[in-house]
Amino acid sequence: MSILCNAETRLIVQGMTGRSGTFYTDQAITYGTNVVGGVRPGKGGKTHIGRPVFNTVREAMAETSADATMVMVPAHNAAEAMIEAVEAEMPLIVCVTERIPVLDMIRVKDALNGSVSELVGPNSQGVLTPGACKIGVMSTADARPGTIGIASRSASLTSEVVAGLSAVGLGQSTTVGVGGDPVHGIGFQRCLELFMADPGTTGIVLVGEIGGSEEEQAAAYLKANRAAKPVTALVVGRHAPAQRRMGHAGTLSVFGSGSAASKNAALKSAGVCVVENVDDVAQAMAGTMAAA
Amino acid sequence: MNLYEYEAKEILAQYGVPVPEGRSVMTAADAEAAAKELPGHKFAVKAQILAGGRGLAGGVELAPTPSKVGEIAKRMLGSRLVTVQTGAEGETVERVYVETAVDSRKDFFLAVLVDQALAQIVVLGSRNGGVDFEDRVAREPGIVETLPVNSDGSLDDTACDGFLSRLGIAGDLAAEARRIIDALVKVFRRIDATLIEINPLTLTSENTFSAIDAKVSIDNNALFRHPEFAGLASSAGGDEIEMQAQKDEINLVRLDGNIGVVVNGAGLALATQDGISDAGGKAANFMDIRTTATSLQVARGIGILLSDPNVKSILVNIHGGGMTPCDTIAEALALALAWSDRKVPVVTRLAGHNADYARQMLVDRGIPHERCDSMRDAISAAIARAA
Repeated sequence: MSILCNAETRLIVQGMTGRSGTFYTDQAITYGTNVVGGVRPGKGGKTHIGRPVFNTVREAMAETSADATMVMVPAHNAAEAMIEAVEAEMPLIVCVTERIPVLDMIRVKDALNGSVSELVGPNSQGVLTPGACKIGVMSTADARPGTIGIASRSASLTSEVVAGLSAVGLGQSTTVGVGGDPVHGIGFQRCLELFMADPGTTGIVLVGEIGGSEEEQAAAYLKANRAAKPVTALVVGRHAPAQRRMGHAGTLSVFGSGSAASKNAALKSAGVCVVENVDDVAQAMAGTMAAA
Repeated sequence: MNLYEYEAKEILAQYGVPVPEGRSVMTAADAEAAAKELPGHKFAVKAQILAGGRGLAGGVELAPTPSKVGEIAKRMLGSRLVTVQTGAEGETVERVYVETAVDSRKDFFLAVLVDQALAQIVVLGSRNGGVDFEDRVAREPGIVETLPVNSDGSLDDTACDGFLSRLGIAGDLAAEARRIIDALVKVFRRIDATLIEINPLTLTSENTFSAIDAKVSIDNNALFRHPEFAGLASSAGGDEIEMQAQKDEINLVRLDGNIGVVVNGAGLALATQDGISDAGGKAANFMDIRTTATSLQVARGIGILLSDPNVKSILVNIHGGGMTPCDTIAEALALALAWSDRKVPVVTRLAGHNADYARQMLVDRGIPHERCDSMRDAISAAIARAA
């Protein structure tokens, strides 16, 4: 079992015919993802890497019964691509595009309000259900099917955590990159809701960063809904100089909120097992799983 | 992109935000001449740097006469201003802004920014504006009032009235404040700002508002649709080396330690920094290589570290994935070391996509390096080599 995507998922790729669109669509197909088509305005009716191309998301959904889309459209058109998918009532939208203007993302969030769609990203490595479905740009070499769910703000650290978990025999149900941008789709809280409800997930890892309020929201949620499954968390940036801006745009904190110390304190008070170094995540998770 | 104060004020004035009259100059003689042209009998001389914290670092001085303005400008121009936000090297003052000083009856704080969690533009205001505002907010978060902006850029009249009354602004002044807020929101949306901050928004002795200091940040990701900002001085400002790295698809922040770090991904970079600090070391930089960087670009980034005499060891900590396989970084490391005259010990820890291939590549090419298999070991080794 998993969240967001599985072996039944029927994926289309918006921007499939571009350079990275082609590269990652091909990788997804090789991994076993059921890619049923792509969207590229003006190229409808053609075939690209063995898959049909459509002019619009609506058309692609009507023809292929797609229920997920990966958006790999360049930044200046990415917001329109996401809004098109929302208006077509696409259940899952995963956007990996980096460097989308933040005011464009406000328009996207406005469109999402009250819609049926879940958005993951942008600036996300995507969603991976190991052995079943890859929607994104993450490396899959170390991922193994299993029961640990991961929600992460960092692509590179997700790879680290996945490798560490697999090495101690803990496979993953689904890994979700919530994205590094200040305004983005689903966050830690929504991931927790989904993982808690998923019978195939028995433990959860959160990989956080300084800045923003994802971790605080997750802590508040866990406090209000006592976790039935063990949660381990890592928040990086404990030693980042407070006044310098580092890392993702999302790490720009306003009015001093969002230090690693305050996030760790909030998570601990919600019963989360907090570790300080990425090397320690897998052992800690294995320990809490054994105790649970 | 952060704008200089004088650039920010010019834009705000175009949208009808009241600012004191002023001139931006690059010589002491021009500063004195500017003061002679300005109205009033008292002047402020303000160092134009991109970092904040200027006021407390001596970057703003008042002068009673034009000749005094010239003296202050002479002292400021060419000096390096060190503030809490610049790092130890500080930022060179190449320009000063001379403006008519106003007498303040009360200082407010007013800002427009994006509330990340709400995905909404918000206006923040406080009746406790001034130089120590940020410290005060840290102690008393309750002194900040919030006004949400609708997605079409409009404001709810009732909410706005409430916001202004909580700031203690009433009557004719409330109408004037509303006009300023509307203008700020309009300019924010028009220029793709991520922050507009007026601190202080001063209520002058003549009972009018004036924006005494202004910070404007533009969304770098939206610059493609704002060619008008390409010519601004601030687009060429900031740390030259960090700007160069940006062009090479590398986010680089220079720090004051002695271990040069080469990392892909912001999260892994922060984790590396945490590990180094925990083990008693000090990083010379923060580096996040973007997935789109080529080996040539990464080589130039490593070259920046090698050319810094403070850097005593290089820690390469890479988790290959996506479009950055480990061999891209190994290739870059080989290039950078070949270009450099310095012999700096290199510690590598490679994992993920093409890690084995990259390790073999370094051996085959005879690149001197110490190979570690865990992050913790690599960090200890890099600290030992730098000592």
